[in-house]
Amino acid sequence: MFIDFFLRLRAAGIPVSLREFLTLQAAMQAGLAEYEIENFYYLARAALVKDERFLDRFDQVFGECFKGLVSEGAGEDPAAPVELPDEWLKKLAEKYLTEEEKSQIQALGGWDKLMETLRQRLEEQQGRHQGGSKWIGTAGTSPFGAYGYNPEGVRIGQHESRHRKAVKVWDKREFKNLAGDVELGTRNIKVALRRLRRFAREGAASELDMAGTIGATARNAGYLDLKMVPERHNAVKVLLCLDIGGSMDDHVRLCEELFSAVRSEFKHLEQVYFHNCPYDKMWRDASFRPVHAVPVMDLIHKYDPSWKLIFVGDASMSPYELKQPGGAISDWNQESGEVWLKRLTDAYPKAVWLNPVPEPYWRSTMSIGLVEQAMEGRMFPLTLDGLDRAMHRLMR
Amino acid sequence: MKFTGTQSYVATDDLKVAVNAAVTLGRPLLIKGEPGTGKTILAEEVATALGRKLIAWHVKSTTKAQQGLYEYDAVSRLRDSQLGDAKVQDIGNYIVKGKLWEAFDADVAPVLLIDEIDKADIEFPNDLLLEIDRMEFYVYETRQTIKAKHRSIIIITSNNEKELPDAFLRRCFFHYIRFPDRETMEAIVAVHYPGIKQDLVREALTVFYEVRDVQGLKKKPSTSELLDWLKLLMAEDIAPEVLRDKDPAKLIPPLHGALLKNEQDVHLFERLAFLNRRQPR
Repeated sequence: MFIDFFLRLRAAGIPVSLREFLTLQAAMQAGLAEYEIENFYYLARAALVKDERFLDRFDQVFGECFKGLVSEGAGEDPAAPVELPDEWLKKLAEKYLTEEEKSQIQALGGWDKLMETLRQRLEEQQGRHQGGSKWIGTAGTSPFGAYGYNPEGVRIGQHESRHRKAVKVWDKREFKNLAGDVELGTRNIKVALRRLRRFAREGAASELDMAGTIGATARNAGYLDLKMVPERHNAVKVLLCLDIGGSMDDHVRLCEELFSAVRSEFKHLEQVYFHNCPYDKMWRDASFRPVHAVPVMDLIHKYDPSWKLIFVGDASMSPYELKQPGGAISDWNQESGEVWLKRLTDAYPKAVWLNPVPEPYWRSTMSIGLVEQAMEGRMFPLTLDGLDRAMHRLMR
Repeated sequence: MKFTGTQSYVATDDLKVAVNAAVTLGRPLLIKGEPGTGKTILAEEVATALGRKLIAWHVKSTTKAQQGLYEYDAVSRLRDSQLGDAKVQDIGNYIVKGKLWEAFDADVAPVLLIDEIDKADIEFPNDLLLEIDRMEFYVYETRQTIKAKHRSIIIITSNNEKELPDAFLRRCFFHYIRFPDRETMEAIVAVHYPGIKQDLVREALTVFYEVRDVQGLKKKPSTSELLDWLKLLMAEDIAPEVLRDKDPAKLIPPLHGALLKNEQDVHLFERLAFLNRRQPR
């Protein structure tokens, strides 16, 4: 069962290794889970998930596995009443019940009667819980759910707050907004963009390494030994092309966040704006005044191929804007957008296109596919995951 | 010996499980979370709760992994050699112990806090892999192996500024401190200011979560800011009614400087409050 859980986690793309799995086993052996599902959940989470991006996915897989555990007992029909392991409940209750409560149970007709009532209750509960909920009667079918349940005034478990919390913890999916595939805030994006920073010590030695020199001289018993280190500088140069206006208005805010994050990350950063698709001109300013226009050929000549080219745009337009000379909506273009796109990607081997449109919707807009083709597949969604992939691609 | 929170620290169930797992198995515990949710404090509290010594190693961008183990002070050896000092013969005199060594040397396993590990160079965690895993390292200068007497409890905090290497992560337990919900927050406030008036807390928390809910704030106020703010409110003896008072003339909560740390945020908040005022009631 645990192996299955482990495999499912891997299948869900959470990078769990055997080592972590063994750690979990060791922790279980040490009795850390205390045979409570909630503690087991916390323990498994602490041992197996190492990045808050995966917490949400972990919750989902945990939920699925947990459900699987339940339906195993229930057979084919999830609605069928479940045989509760009597000993399990008994043992648990004995652990927590006071003598007084035990005598109360006797008054109710003993264990068998109590279990009978409990089963009845659980069936009712199940009836109510069926339908939309993924948790077909969490409290109903699961032996663990019974834990939080409160039959006949006999409280199995501890105090009330447990009942409210049981099982639900991972179902709440509190870490949803930390998952890698949601849209970004300024903070997330900074993390991903740091990938681009390459503090490479490269090139010729150019700086006197004070600490190194002193160390080497001392080791040399006082004979001066000069050490040089290459100068540390940020080698990443980025040409950022932002799509502003029209269909991008929905995404402007997101783009601005990306933009503000980028600004603090690079020493060499130039940004230009375009509308829908790059043609022969781009603009230095989002107001698109003729004074700010720069011919794309000038850009290509000015910035050498070591610059990294990042487009940010939704690539959603009419196919004519891409395919047809004169198809642009704002200006007359002699050559088609596709030609210009090709020219730019030829000039800059390191280029990516970041698309704020969620990846699943890309197929529904023809032009997105066309642009993706023109970018040779280097289009990535504007999410933390997508950004990571894009940055990896740029660094290759 | 279990960690169950302390008099001055409210630990959620999941945090307790994570801490106890790390303590029992002798693995490092990596803590992440929004700034101001009590990551660093946790180490202090764990040390107090378990009655251990706390050794704090605050990492900076220039910190090297080697500094945590030991440093060879070649400069003073050079000076001593020129002064003809006799102790120059023994290189051991010039080995300065680092925090990790200090922790390994302790007779009772201490709590070692490696604070803000993400501030350091990307290679930093990798350089400490073996040392933290085996709890031993080798001193080249004196050719000795330093072995930990007991496995220390290592707590590592990260602000997520850099990704940590997988090999490092695999050796840790991980806990993400969620922003506390209202109930937990009330417990936290009660722990810090035992005598505080309940209605003040209630009103203050309402205002606090409202501020946090404002979209587009550059820096959301966190637990530590709330605590500061409450302290100010108490010091100024502000009545709960003032906070409840939705008087349009007063746009933003009193002493907002403790909550909003950025003039753009204050402006944004004022603007929103102004818009609210214009809405017909």
